[in-house]
Amino acid sequence: MSEPWKHKDLLGIRELARADLDLIHDTAAAFKAVINRPIKKVPSLRGRTVINLFVEPSTRTRTSFELAAKRLSADVVQIDGSSSSFTKGESLRDTGRNLEAMNADYIVLRHSAAGAAHFLADRLGASIINAGDGAHEHPTQALLDTFTMRERLGDLSGKHVVIVGDILFSRVARSNIWALAKLGARITLVGPRTLLPPRFADIGENVSVCYNLDEVMAEADVIMLLRIQHERQQKAMFPSLGEYIGLFGVTPKRFARCRPETLIMHPGPINRGVELDHALADGVNSVVLQQVTNGLAVRMAILYLLGGGHPAEMQP
Amino acid sequence: MSEINPPFFNRRPPASPPGPVCLSNGRVIDPAGGRDEIADVYLRDGKVEAVLPADATESGKGRCPTVIDCEGKIVAPGLVDCHVHFREPGGGQKESIATGTRAAAAGGFTSVLMMPNTSPPADGPNTIAWMRQRAEEKAVVNVYTSGCISAGMEGEVLAPIGSLRKSGVVAITDDGLCVQNNELMRRACEYATMFDLPILDHCQDAHLTTGGVMNEGYWSTVLGLPGWPTVAEEIIVARNALLAETSGASLHCQHLSSVGAVRIIREARARGVDITGEVMPHHLALTDQACDGYDTNAKMNPPLRTQREIDALLEGIADGTITILSSDHAPHADYEKEVEFRNAPFGIIGLETELAVFIKTLIEPKVIDWPKLIEMLTIAPAKLMRCRKGTLAEGAAADVTVIDPDLEWTVMSELFESKSRNCPFDGWELKGRATHTIVGGEIVWTLDGGFGE
Repeated sequence: MSEPWKHKDLLGIRELARADLDLIHDTAAAFKAVINRPIKKVPSLRGRTVINLFVEPSTRTRTSFELAAKRLSADVVQIDGSSSSFTKGESLRDTGRNLEAMNADYIVLRHSAAGAAHFLADRLGASIINAGDGAHEHPTQALLDTFTMRERLGDLSGKHVVIVGDILFSRVARSNIWALAKLGARITLVGPRTLLPPRFADIGENVSVCYNLDEVMAEADVIMLLRIQHERQQKAMFPSLGEYIGLFGVTPKRFARCRPETLIMHPGPINRGVELDHALADGVNSVVLQQVTNGLAVRMAILYLLGGGHPAEMQP
Repeated sequence: MSEINPPFFNRRPPASPPGPVCLSNGRVIDPAGGRDEIADVYLRDGKVEAVLPADATESGKGRCPTVIDCEGKIVAPGLVDCHVHFREPGGGQKESIATGTRAAAAGGFTSVLMMPNTSPPADGPNTIAWMRQRAEEKAVVNVYTSGCISAGMEGEVLAPIGSLRKSGVVAITDDGLCVQNNELMRRACEYATMFDLPILDHCQDAHLTTGGVMNEGYWSTVLGLPGWPTVAEEIIVARNALLAETSGASLHCQHLSSVGAVRIIREARARGVDITGEVMPHHLALTDQACDGYDTNAKMNPPLRTQREIDALLEGIADGTITILSSDHAPHADYEKEVEFRNAPFGIIGLETELAVFIKTLIEPKVIDWPKLIEMLTIAPAKLMRCRKGTLAEGAAADVTVIDPDLEWTVMSELFESKSRNCPFDGWELKGRATHTIVGGEIVWTLDGGFGE
């Protein structure tokens, strides 16, 4: 915890160094102690303004950022796409500049266009936190996912993480691939060929692509499921949900191939009975709700670090 | 290529005819006449009067009121660009025929072919007549125009191609919206042969590119942007080769960007099919890595590809498969480009950097030599357009471009004549630039004096 945080924004995992990931994780560990106390609030960001600009719908991430900011004593404003001037055709540039004119210190942006967070970061002095931009990245999700894995598995070096589902359109997959690669894990991506182009393996030496889930179950330390997006079916990416479940759904029978301690993760929202069996989602291997709890600690850590906080000065 | 089109859209001649001009001691490259030598070029009454050996005409120069010393420079036929978007009517915030032709002149181009995807599209004689009037009033270089293949560029029914031809178009194209219906394309090819009208096709299978905003590859994977596969182009180029062969039409494939397109055109040409291809500067100078950072000036249609495609395009240029170079000058206003990558329009301006970027990508690495470059920028597009341009033959229109091949300059788009600034080459150090642009014997632009205003 020696090096301080040096970035104005958090746009993606790709741009971060291993040391940045460790710093966030270590800071999040300290904040996790805070959120388990009876009084869950610290004054670190008193007087700062956090604007949650969610142009695309979200429950978990939005609530998590709101709570994280409130626990750090910041003032939080929520803006939803449906209630914003986007519906009147205002450009992202103008919206961002207007928010900055109100002295926003942080803008947490969820947007359906890849690169939207970069776009604001290049133009505004405020710290931009990418809360998901199209199919590009969702860095805080990967940070909370790897934080959760680290809690359960310790050092992730050499650990084998299998990510299953719609990889092509998934920002969660991309951010996790970068994060896990930087942390030394081995990553196997699994999904239908149409949703998993082989070139994903070009992202890193320890990334591989596989089209047969049964082949890789036995050696997985973590199985991370991604939501299958029904609407994509119209684009002929796979024939039917039934066929998808048959090939890639994590059913009890299929999960029996795994070692007993294999973790099941899912960023939510879950399609129960599609990518993940109903009972497994709530079973002992599932850490889905720990992911959510940890998300709060990780987002507190990110807001704290971006605000200039130094881990050594933290008084949880 | 039987009939030569009358030059419908020549720039209106100046009120008083320009005086005689002598371009002295330059390296005169006229590929149409097989000339590459140090010579003097004499222009009189809007025509090329003579090209004479430099040391034979000292006395003649004395009688010429305007002598331009071209020592160390290249004197070429006025450059021709058969693929520009001047956005008029309907897109005045991006460009106009006035500003577009000024950009052409400042880039060394004396003739340009406008694409018909205006608003309304140029799919009937009324819009063409309006464009002609505008060009006569405002253009500083020769302006040619093309008409749509289909009514409204909707790809459903043929535009009135015969009327378009009568009103002066030199080609038909639905550039920007490739005709998807093979039956319609077949009929367009057959119909166009009656008028010897070339068909210019923007080769893109729309289903394969639905939602696509950049090349499908490593960088689209990393950036999470919807990919646009090269096969979308190759499929249509293959279709076009087959339709050109069966119909006998002259079919020109625009802005090529794929390995397969070059291979298919090479094979078809070897069998005598009348199919040609063109390449743009940005597809040689940039790869899809330029999209990293989400710079919307790296967003074009077709998209920037990889080194593999660049190598194939260079090979196709070197072996004569690809015969034409042009810009796809596609202006967009700042506020249109300064948006999320997904939402930005495709395209960049090109006329004012075109020559220098081709020098950088083709001459400096010795892919082709100067006569070949000039050929691909003059007589080759002029032949496609069936117009009497691109040559310094005696009696030809006195359209001349003087090029300083060694001039080093830095691209500063804020100084450009174009109304738009969507240029990915801003700040690039380039070598080689037009110094004089002469149209119909009149010096319309010089590097030192601009338009003399």
